[in-house]
Amino acid sequence: MWRIDINTDLLISLSLIIVSGLLSFTLAKQRAVFYLRNNEPLRSMPIYHGLYVSLWSTLLPIFLIIFLLFFKDSYLNYLVIPFLSEETIDLGIDEILYVKSFLINNISSLSTLISSGFISEGDANLLVEKYQETRVISFSSLVLLSIILSFVSYKKLSVRYDARRRVERILKFIFFVFSTIAVLTTVGIIFSLIFETLRFFSQVGFFDFVFGTHWSPQTAIREDQVGSSGSFGAIPLFTGTLLITAVAMSIAAPLGLYSAIFLSQYAKPKTRDFLKPILEILAGIPTVVYGFFAALTVGPFVRSCGEYIGLTVATESALAAGLVMGVMIIPYVSSLSDDVMTAVPLSLRDGSLALGATKAETVKKVIIPAALPGIVSALLLAISRAIGETMIVVMAAGLAANLTANPLSAVTTVTVQIVTLLVGDQEFDSAKTLAAFALGLMLFVITLALNVFAMIIVRRYRERYE
Amino acid sequence: MSKNLSIRHRAEKRFIAYGFISLILAATMLATIIGSMIYRSIPAYTNYSIDLEINMTEISAEDEFEDINFRGIIRSSLFSFFPEVESRSDKRKLFKLISSSASYTLRDFIIENPSYINKKFYFNVLFTDDSDIFYKGYVDTSLSESERRLDDQEVAWLNELKNTGRVKNKISKNLFLNGDSREPEVAGFWGATIGSLITISVTLLLSFPIGVLTAIYLENFAVKNRITDFIEVNINNLAAVPSIIFGLLGLAVFINFFGMPRSIPLVGGLVLSLMTLPTIIIATRSSLQSVPPSIREAALAMGASEMQVVFQHLLPSALPGIFTGTIIGLARAFGESAPLLLIGMVAFIVDIPSTFTDPATALPVQIYIWADSPERAFVAKTSAATLILIGLLILINLAAVLLRKRYEVKW
Amino acid sequence: MKLNGDLIMDEQKKQNNIRNKKSLIECRGVDVFYGDKQALFGINLDIGEKEVTSLIGPSGCGKSTFLRCINRMNDVIEICKVAGTIKIDNEDIYHPDVDVVELRSRIGMVFQKPNPFPKSVYDNVAYGPKLHGRILHKDDLDAKVEKSLERAGLWSEVKDRLGEPGTSLSGGQQQRLCIARAIAIDPSIILMDEPCSALDPIATAKIEELIDELKDNFTITIVTHSMQQAARVSQRTAFFHLGKLIEVGDTEKIFRSPDHEQTEAYVTGRYG
Repeated sequence: MWRIDINTDLLISLSLIIVSGLLSFTLAKQRAVFYLRNNEPLRSMPIYHGLYVSLWSTLLPIFLIIFLLFFKDSYLNYLVIPFLSEETIDLGIDEILYVKSFLINNISSLSTLISSGFISEGDANLLVEKYQETRVISFSSLVLLSIILSFVSYKKLSVRYDARRRVERILKFIFFVFSTIAVLTTVGIIFSLIFETLRFFSQVGFFDFVFGTHWSPQTAIREDQVGSSGSFGAIPLFTGTLLITAVAMSIAAPLGLYSAIFLSQYAKPKTRDFLKPILEILAGIPTVVYGFFAALTVGPFVRSCGEYIGLTVATESALAAGLVMGVMIIPYVSSLSDDVMTAVPLSLRDGSLALGATKAETVKKVIIPAALPGIVSALLLAISRAIGETMIVVMAAGLAANLTANPLSAVTTVTVQIVTLLVGDQEFDSAKTLAAFALGLMLFVITLALNVFAMIIVRRYRERYE
Repeated sequence: MSKNLSIRHRAEKRFIAYGFISLILAATMLATIIGSMIYRSIPAYTNYSIDLEINMTEISAEDEFEDINFRGIIRSSLFSFFPEVESRSDKRKLFKLISSSASYTLRDFIIENPSYINKKFYFNVLFTDDSDIFYKGYVDTSLSESERRLDDQEVAWLNELKNTGRVKNKISKNLFLNGDSREPEVAGFWGATIGSLITISVTLLLSFPIGVLTAIYLENFAVKNRITDFIEVNINNLAAVPSIIFGLLGLAVFINFFGMPRSIPLVGGLVLSLMTLPTIIIATRSSLQSVPPSIREAALAMGASEMQVVFQHLLPSALPGIFTGTIIGLARAFGESAPLLLIGMVAFIVDIPSTFTDPATALPVQIYIWADSPERAFVAKTSAATLILIGLLILINLAAVLLRKRYEVKW
Repeated sequence: MKLNGDLIMDEQKKQNNIRNKKSLIECRGVDVFYGDKQALFGINLDIGEKEVTSLIGPSGCGKSTFLRCINRMNDVIEICKVAGTIKIDNEDIYHPDVDVVELRSRIGMVFQKPNPFPKSVYDNVAYGPKLHGRILHKDDLDAKVEKSLERAGLWSEVKDRLGEPGTSLSGGQQQRLCIARAIAIDPSIILMDEPCSALDPIATAKIEELIDELKDNFTITIVTHSMQQAARVSQRTAFFHLGKLIEVGDTEKIFRSPDHEQTEAYVTGRYG
């Protein structure tokens, strides 16, 4: 019984190609070593002869295999569709899709499908036959291609052939391809966000989203239900994000800055060695831990404190989430500010001290003004962190989209809504799911702007002191 | 003059105090977080259980395992302590005191040790989370019945059971060796830890070679022009993109466009490696830059090509720095959860994953799932998982520090 | 203008006659630019086979730049452009067909600061022969390493510590290790860029002794800021000033009775 198992087949051809690469490597290398023994003026070292042939024989076929992997599913679709029974087709599109994906997922164990009566034996044989044709053509041609390539490149080699330079050129090209992955990631982010966002705006008006003050994306299950459209006014999310960020920064900015000042200007090396790791550990604690801590300890604590002085505080208040986020961000503020303050030229400091200023006065009137651009950019980066932070707010801030500036009430944020909209089962066409991408795009643009702005400021600052 | 001076000196002292207090506050917060996690996790490490007398004399070796009523056997053993309980609802309530996993553990035990069939023996059975918490003293019996999970009747039964001397408090193996479960006394974080390790190994396998080769290309081979400038700016920006955006990317590209399945470590690893890539590239570039140019010159003058200089000299010298950077990047990916939520690694998964394509979750995500669960016992479990996560991260970072100290090349 | 240029050419040709020796390196009209800045102006210089030529002149005069033209180390600097011809053994080394790597495998170079690779002493010396595939057997390689270290006068000092990192040697030893490394590829030419500037007087004396021995087998060009050193080790001396070759000739003549006023001012220590 023939199998239909594309993964294994690809793996087999991959190993054959690698074997062909290894074989041609040894052959070419040995021939070059032979030249050397005969004292012929070999131009490139034997290893480059080997590499040259093996790179030629493997690169293109491996690339083709990766390419085939991506199109595996559409190929299987094409393979399977003619074999769907008429009864299935009569049942409608959902059933067709289900049967099709079931067939594709279980295609490697055709015999079970036959015994369970899912597919007739005749059909199964036809299916395998059809697969066989493509298999012979595609997989064996890959191996053949590899062998031909290695043969051709082996022929080109000679004593004076500059294999090294050519191998290096190929390697350089591979490195270049790798270095574009970082760019492709950005392109991928931008395109996927923009694409889904455009689809979202075809369902929901742009102004309703950007200027709407009511957020309740829960679209009804049945279309005739009241309020089935949901409403997607993003203003409450942005105010919620800003509120929590403001609370966080009001903690992180003073604590981070004063810590940086103390560490960079006052602390003795020993104290520094002891205190700095504490900040580093704070930076290394996973955000999910902060979130758990906020929800479990800080939330109830803030609430009972509020009750004690007679205020009503929501359990999932903006204050609790903001406080914990502030602690998380302290190290981001302090480490960069520490760096820029240490980078202020000693001559400036000495000049001020020599005039009889106290150290505190020197810090306030000379060092901080000189380091201000760096400090500002540290704060900007911290704000961008706070805006993009997800787990703390998901766990400790609520889902209630209240439009308020009161930190004691519950608010929700952009990131919380992205997670809520996308976790769990989802249809990819509903406005609800697409809204998450629109929010994601906004988030990306805002944080990118903050980062770029911060980077420009730092670059200007560096130029001034270097 | 002197008055003015003393004011200034006092201002100086205040200023220092502010700085010191800030640091102390930060340290206190750290201590509070870790302290509260330790304190809250204490109930998680042990579990109360009871030795029940199992009577299997009425079962013969010929019976199929599926036909044996393990549940009934345990029930009758438990009820033998309380002959006075007769009504069905009371019996059900009584049976609910011990874990619903009991009959499965007994079945597994018998399947592995068929010799126990026909015999009478003692078998250790877990209590449910509520009974467990009661024994640990976390249930305030002075509250009115409606405000606690156990009513007076159940409390009385539990106290009576305790008086039999069969109740034991043992280290909870489940916590360390099991996958997730709806029952807190059975749930463990081993499945999530394995899921994390698989995910992170995908991340390592992808981001390390790609990151290092990218850095080498940009640092040594790229001709300075607009394209390479653009790549550089790009990488710096990518390092500061919020992690959840990478989750959106993974969802849109890997799952929707390429049709990869949800909840699998392969996709999680792909997403995290895109996130880690900038960190590795930046670390590699700076350690390549720290190799003195004289080494490069010496090698070039010996007739080495650019490529040979990189692979025979620069890379070996830069390797400790590259490893440290990679480890730090991986540690961040290890603690990351937001992008994983979006690609479906937040599912309820009981089985322990073993390949790249088994549905899995990750340790930080497990913490998130448990933190969201209503059962009180999960608070302790979550805290314990949190401590394990922090402990693992500290170990990883320590490894990075040691590696740097041990192999760092001083010039 | 043209006439003037020809005049200078003629004058330098006159200086360039090398007595008793065949010239190995011939430089004609070498200009070097760093971006828009010109660092060398029309250098014409012949370097004789198996003798020591020293390049002297005040800092920034272009003597190191010129040295690095000979093994094309300036190629590494992107903005650096070299014009004119340099021939080694009548082969134009700036011809597009020339493989830089092969060229450098025929020329050894020793740098200002000792820069052994962070590898063992043995691997430092064996690096070149291995790189160029000159030696296939381990025994031959061992012999090569021993011979190179011996010629560099280092064998007796390091023969028991071949496995130790090259960076653990003293400064003078490190520099001799670098010389051994350069000799190991059997170059015809050795370029030395102020090889003693980072060394103490005793180590310097050893290196100078070594240079004197090496000249029987190698063509050595040495850049030095110490005129005493130039006088001690070299047979011919070229004086550079502000990117121009002012005067070249037998060392004795340059230091006793130079033709040019500038040369005299420099060698007598009136400036520079």
